[in-house]
Amino acid sequence: MGMPTQLSINYTRTIGLSTKQQQQLLFRFAVLLIACCVSFCIRLFAVIRYESIIHEFDPWFNFRATKVLVEQGTFEFWNWFDSASWYPLGRIVGGTVYPGIMYSAATIYHILHALTFPVDIKDVCVMMAPLFSCFTNIVTYFFTKQVSDTTAGLFAACFIAMVPGYLSRSVAGSYDNECVAITAMILCFFLIVKSVHTGSLFWSGLTCLAYLYMVASWGGYVFITNIYPIYVLVLILCGRYSQRLYVAYSTFYVIGTLLSMQIRFVGFQAVQSSEHMGALIVFVFLQCYCFVNWIRSLVPRDVFVTLYRIFFLAVGAMFMLAAFLATATGYLGPWTGRFYSLLDPTYASKHIPIIASVAEHQPTAWGSYFFDLHILSMLVPAGIYFCFQNVNDGVIFLILYGSFAAYFAGVMVRLMLVLAPAACVLSGIAFSKLLVPNVAQLRKWEQKKDESQWSEIKGVASSWIGVVRRFYCLDSGVDLYSFGWLEVLVLFSSGWFVVVIVCFCASLCLVRLRIACSEPSFRSSWLRYNTKVDAKILSWWDYGYQISGFANRTVIVDNNTWNNSHIATVGRVLNSPERKAFQICKKLDVDYVLVIFGGALGYSSDDINKFLWPIRISHSVDSTVDESAYLTADGNYRVGEGAGPALVESLMYKLCYYRFGEVQFDRGNPAGYDKVRGEVIAKKKFKLRYFEEAFTSRNWLVRIYHVKDLPNIG
Amino acid sequence: MIGTSIVEASKQLLVHYKNSVPYHLKVIDAFLLYVAFTAAIQFVYVLLVGTFPFNAFLAGFFSCIGVFVLTVGLRMQLNPQNQSPANRWQRINPSRAFTEWLFCNLVLHIAVINFIG
Repeated sequence: MGMPTQLSINYTRTIGLSTKQQQQLLFRFAVLLIACCVSFCIRLFAVIRYESIIHEFDPWFNFRATKVLVEQGTFEFWNWFDSASWYPLGRIVGGTVYPGIMYSAATIYHILHALTFPVDIKDVCVMMAPLFSCFTNIVTYFFTKQVSDTTAGLFAACFIAMVPGYLSRSVAGSYDNECVAITAMILCFFLIVKSVHTGSLFWSGLTCLAYLYMVASWGGYVFITNIYPIYVLVLILCGRYSQRLYVAYSTFYVIGTLLSMQIRFVGFQAVQSSEHMGALIVFVFLQCYCFVNWIRSLVPRDVFVTLYRIFFLAVGAMFMLAAFLATATGYLGPWTGRFYSLLDPTYASKHIPIIASVAEHQPTAWGSYFFDLHILSMLVPAGIYFCFQNVNDGVIFLILYGSFAAYFAGVMVRLMLVLAPAACVLSGIAFSKLLVPNVAQLRKWEQKKDESQWSEIKGVASSWIGVVRRFYCLDSGVDLYSFGWLEVLVLFSSGWFVVVIVCFCASLCLVRLRIACSEPSFRSSWLRYNTKVDAKILSWWDYGYQISGFANRTVIVDNNTWNNSHIATVGRVLNSPERKAFQICKKLDVDYVLVIFGGALGYSSDDINKFLWPIRISHSVDSTVDESAYLTADGNYRVGEGAGPALVESLMYKLCYYRFGEVQFDRGNPAGYDKVRGEVIAKKKFKLRYFEEAFTSRNWLVRIYHVKDLPNIG
Repeated sequence: MIGTSIVEASKQLLVHYKNSVPYHLKVIDAFLLYVAFTAAIQFVYVLLVGTFPFNAFLAGFFSCIGVFVLTVGLRMQLNPQNQSPANRWQRINPSRAFTEWLFCNLVLHIAVINFIG
């Protein structure tokens, strides 16, 4: 009879909760749950408003790869050679892809099917980003809790649920590497701090596993590979070296590097390329440092000094020798362009046009700091200030992460995504440090004012009034009522309402943009039903993934820009005169050429506006390409009167403007008026000799041309 | 002059080592020496013969380095001198430390077996 009571006593004892702790636990759980729900729901906007669809360019490829993984199995995916892209080269997809997101989606898909939920793989892929944003919330909470305290953790989790910089990359349907990688990255950071704090082998081992997942997910894992050694060095320089640090970093380096080599795309790079050398050097240095420390603890001081000198000389000589040999024999790989462009923002635009041509790789404008982080950009400095007030090992990591992420975000727009979580965590700390001391004060006021007329209005209402008063009558800011913990958070969330609205607008704009972007893809599905199965499509590389996804036809180049000269050749086709382009097309065995033309609709990111990049990139295969021939006499890029002679003759111009001069789209504008460029095109009447029009969509957005056969008589 | 001081210093080091290090740590040190020696043999082999099955070399070498590093970590946690508040290792008892060591070794060697080819 006594058994149940016995059990329940044991239960409470093992969990060790008093009533207050239970309440706090419940409260934290509730806040996290709400944060997760919010982050999931606001990302569903595109799906609810339009339909469940994959956006943009790269997600299309990821989706296609996931289908292969689910339908044909792991080994087929591992060995997948995609002959439908990069014709005639093909692409070894299994070895040149970060498979983390595909494996995650396939796992979820299989779990759901095992539970007898018959979901479609497309829906799993669409929902991946919102789902992982929930995981990011939880992981961010633990990371912040590890660095600071639970209150800051809750704030950080709420912030990251809505921060626009992350939101814009993880709306439903953007099935891209980043949506998984951010979760993995924060998980890594949490485990790094945890393992440094505890010095336990277990947590260090888990760090390695999280690192493996990060490596499998995104090329940005190099950020972790480099920030951790820098962190170790900083800790040593600050005199905060401890054996915990040794255990954490050494385990991470050895097992982490070995695990990262299991991903085929990384492979031997993990021990050969220069980006990974920093970690190795710090690892060796840490071993020496630890060894010297150990000797110091063993022997008296004078003996130690002698030994230390010998050791120092020996290791120094060996290190110099090794570095010399490695560079002399060419063992160390060259630094890749993307890495250089991180250190020197102007490097890419000078040397590598293909990197500079991507909008995401441009340096960040000032405005986007505010747009992507909103009020967090103001709170971050406060967060760093509070971090310095209460320094521990974890806080140093956070400060380093924040400052490096801020630098990299300035170099490349895309990396704003890395800064967003750092900003959330720092702001969470700032918020909690600002609010917690004040709450006690507010409680006192509340007790004094208990008889006032407002005393019955509690909960949500009072905090709303508080917000209103706080924002509009700052002088009477004393009259804030009834601040318990919950209400502070309600206040906080209602303050954030403004932010959410901004986020909605942001995501709405993004969605519109994406719908505009994906209209070409729907149109390109014309190819699926009207061309031969083995037809080869030539287009600028931006549309490669979408054509192979929608139309299921072979493309010459796609968004995996692994072969620069192939892309340059396609660029050369587009900027050559018709006859020469025809010759190259025949050599490449091209059947159809697809161009995106926005001049009739007013869609500004079309091929004519991108055209300077094909010209610059094709310079690398054919040095006779002269950019100035495509410009007007005074060096401007125009399609109207005075346009460059080479531009008017180029295939791109002809394919875009073929028969355009015959049509008058609007009453007010003359025939041949290009809405994007805002002028009448230079050459209205011309005929195509080697190409024939196959398809033009209703808004003229997609134009597809058939490459004629070679004439029978020479 | 330098030669004698080296010999002198090493002798002193040995004496201090013998006197101050407890027995069970000496056993671990012997194991560490063995592991380091195995790694050194592989490294010399690669220098002499060449890196051809590079994955096999990396797997073997990382196996040794990994075990070495993990065991140093275990040794640090077992060392009674290191139970200072700065290390916060009071709560890690020997059996727990050993289990964690086993866990990390498991992860390491699954990767090694996968990679060795």
